[in-house]
Amino acid sequence: MWVGESLRRVEDRALVTGAGRFVADYESAARDCLALRFVRSTAARGRILAIEAPDGAQMFTGQDLAEVPPIRPLLHRPDFQPVGQPVLACDEVRFVGEALAVVVAPSQSDAEDLAQSVIVDVDPLDPILDVGAALEPGSPTVHPRAESNVLIEARMATDGIDEVFERAAQVVEIDLRSGRENAMPLEARGAYVEPDPATGRITLVASTQNAHIIRTVIADLLEMPESQLRVVAPDVGGGFGQKQCLPAEYVVAVWVARRLNKPVAWIEDRRENFLSSFHSRDQRYTVRGAFDDRGRLLAVDADLLCNVGAYSSYPVTGAVETLMAFGELPGPYDFENYRVRSRGVLTNTCTVAPYRGVSRPVITLAMERLIDIGGRRLGIDPVEMRRINLVRDFPYVSPTGLTMDKGAYVESLDEAVRLIDLDAFRQRQEVHRNKGEYLGIGFCTLAERTAYGTPVFAGRSMDVVPGFEQVDMTMDPSGYVEARIGTSPHGQGLATSLSQVIADELGVTPDKVRVEHGDTDRTPYGWGTFASRSMVLSGGAAKLAAEKLREKVKLVAAELLEVGVDDVDLISNTARVKGTDISIGLREVARTAYHRAQKLPEDVTPGLSATGVYDPPGTYSNACHTALVRVDTETGEVILERFLVVEDAGVLINPMIADGQVAGGVAQGIGGALYENLVYDEWGNLVTTSLMDYLVPTAAEIPEIEVHHLETVTDHSITGAKGLGEGGTIGASPAVISAISDALSPFGIEVLETPATPDHIRGLIRAAKG
Amino acid sequence: MTATVDVTLNVNDTVYSVRVEPRKTLADALREDCWLTGTHLGCEHGVCGACTVLVDGEPVRSCLMFAVQCEGTSIRTIEGVADGDRLHPLQEQFCEHHALQCGFCTPGFIMLGLALLESDPSPDDAKIKEVLSSNLCRCTGYQNITKAVRVTAEIMGTASRPDRD
Repeated sequence: MWVGESLRRVEDRALVTGAGRFVADYESAARDCLALRFVRSTAARGRILAIEAPDGAQMFTGQDLAEVPPIRPLLHRPDFQPVGQPVLACDEVRFVGEALAVVVAPSQSDAEDLAQSVIVDVDPLDPILDVGAALEPGSPTVHPRAESNVLIEARMATDGIDEVFERAAQVVEIDLRSGRENAMPLEARGAYVEPDPATGRITLVASTQNAHIIRTVIADLLEMPESQLRVVAPDVGGGFGQKQCLPAEYVVAVWVARRLNKPVAWIEDRRENFLSSFHSRDQRYTVRGAFDDRGRLLAVDADLLCNVGAYSSYPVTGAVETLMAFGELPGPYDFENYRVRSRGVLTNTCTVAPYRGVSRPVITLAMERLIDIGGRRLGIDPVEMRRINLVRDFPYVSPTGLTMDKGAYVESLDEAVRLIDLDAFRQRQEVHRNKGEYLGIGFCTLAERTAYGTPVFAGRSMDVVPGFEQVDMTMDPSGYVEARIGTSPHGQGLATSLSQVIADELGVTPDKVRVEHGDTDRTPYGWGTFASRSMVLSGGAAKLAAEKLREKVKLVAAELLEVGVDDVDLISNTARVKGTDISIGLREVARTAYHRAQKLPEDVTPGLSATGVYDPPGTYSNACHTALVRVDTETGEVILERFLVVEDAGVLINPMIADGQVAGGVAQGIGGALYENLVYDEWGNLVTTSLMDYLVPTAAEIPEIEVHHLETVTDHSITGAKGLGEGGTIGASPAVISAISDALSPFGIEVLETPATPDHIRGLIRAAKG
Repeated sequence: MTATVDVTLNVNDTVYSVRVEPRKTLADALREDCWLTGTHLGCEHGVCGACTVLVDGEPVRSCLMFAVQCEGTSIRTIEGVADGDRLHPLQEQFCEHHALQCGFCTPGFIMLGLALLESDPSPDDAKIKEVLSSNLCRCTGYQNITKAVRVTAEIMGTASRPDRD
């Protein structure tokens, strides 16, 4: 069995030698490639009066691209307001950083010079920046023809919830807000576009998580047949959701390349990425929880506000955060009474799009804070509070109708408590407190919904419904296997993990398997890599394809070995007669299938290929994160002493890669808990546009992350694997915030805001001391 | 467009005679004029360290140094770390310990780690963390990078110790 082995990644050799190819490398290698630079708005809201380039400069504005329809992702539901984004702003600007025009020059530095010499005249209007202001009756609207600034409003309530609150022993109400974050992939976005003079086809090499969707939407917007456009995702330097949605700049780049019939490249710089890629989180909630006197959670009542920025991101729409918060807030807790109002609000800020975990780091923070504070008021330990309230019976149907498959919620908590040695910690905490040192522990038990199939996305009424995945598999005449997949890994090691799944099915060693991805000319239509889906979906489709291919290989081998097909085993790159040492190499079997087709049985077609399609219902991973912190009450600094995760993602295909996904996710979650925040000033200028202002954690801040696994078998995934790409980010922030609150409990402090910066913590301590 | 100057860059023991604008950074010259695209640009303002290369053995941010400043120096980039097909032990340990995911920051981290190990063959964990904290990685959470550097130090320390009979 190769599944379960921590094989070294096939991806690594190129990347450790500098031989990887990222989008900017295509520009460096190209001859006669023109550089694009976008002229961006310095006003948050206003009317464009004039855009003037120096004489002789090549520039295109929104007027030039007026024929291109706006990017307008749709949800078919009455509470959604579709808004469109012109690929270059036309009459109005709606956030600082919005692209107004594009200039073309022989080199990037020339293009930057040129863009700086463009004069833009905008008649400014008062920007709508704050969600509260945007919701005021009579507020101007970000989009003039919109009825209001509410992009989406979802509501539901179970019967009799007010009575439940009235008879509750304890009602906890919290106001919570999360920072505004940038996924900050190390490689910013970029596009290299090359027209082929021979065929007229266009190749777009783009830093993207989903080449096929990008191709469809760009072909639609530019009225091209899809077959005229090839999209390639080369090595992609991180995405985390930021590269899941369509950048308007990619559409413009293709338009310019077609107009000029020359290769062009746009390589985004870091400042642009902060200003105008996509932001995320930025939510504020009011949540009430009703408990009985034994700590049982009876009801939750939530008012959720999500700042979605200026536009709706394609294809998921700006409603994605709002609807996830609406549907998944209850998390892993078993209660029946739920009322929620969740609104996505348009503002004159950069568009919001998914970032690892989407709304779940914030909704999980809200639920964990409710449980902790409820317990503190009732005198019940936080671990006991979770044991009382966690889901135990499966399948479990949530108050919003989601079905959770089997998980290990209580078990992961119990294991974390054992591993961290809670009793010993509490003693140590007491000793330190007596010396004026504040240690704290925080637990976060989370449900990570992964691998959404078509019905789940269809349930959101999306116009573009992602879901299924296809794998096309071929054994070539040399006996090597190629799997062409529709997902688009960019650091997740999927080529390695899939080779393990396929190797087990076909009886080959993983080095015989090559996985092809990220090229629309070579791979089947697929939805790319996001939402912790690729291992489950491409893994499942690969398994299905390999099962079919195996049967065909066995048919050919049986013919050559002159035995029945049921007497053939595929093992160690050979076909072997069961119970004997008689075997032939798969190379010979493959040769026969292609080159000596006359030897095949009549009902067997020549060649060796098969296709698998998989569209599962979705499956839940779960985890318990535990953070130990030390808070310096003088400086407000939080030091992480220990971080432990007990994770259940079902069968681990490659444990080394799984651990890497968890550890990397935790580091991002810690960043969100303590450091990362995008800040706008009162005029809508983003003031955090460098890595000196927007702080992401370094090796100095991240402790050793201890990862332990449980393995609950699910029938919602045919490989047994559940997704686990986002759990790290979802659980880390709530665990850290809970630990800080535990450390500061002698002051009666409950932290309800991220990031919990030193300044914020000192403010809480000052306020508590009166 | 400004006037250009001729510069000779010695990169990985190969001489490149290039004509660049004085304002051109070393990173851009390496990528565009020497076609060594293994050096990556993550921020272009000297924080992320993805563009780290060695100039006369010292790690530098090649986005903060001009190409013209490098005349007469010896530059090493990620392309010069392996010995032909044979990976350097640090590259091996990056693969062995899953010290990379997307790989964009990796060349910078390897050059940084190399500079550390060449100046201090047996750094303790605190020193490794301190040095590595000058670069950013968004995928790994850092611990596997730290481990790769630590294990390389152990292996190279053992390998370079003279045999005793």
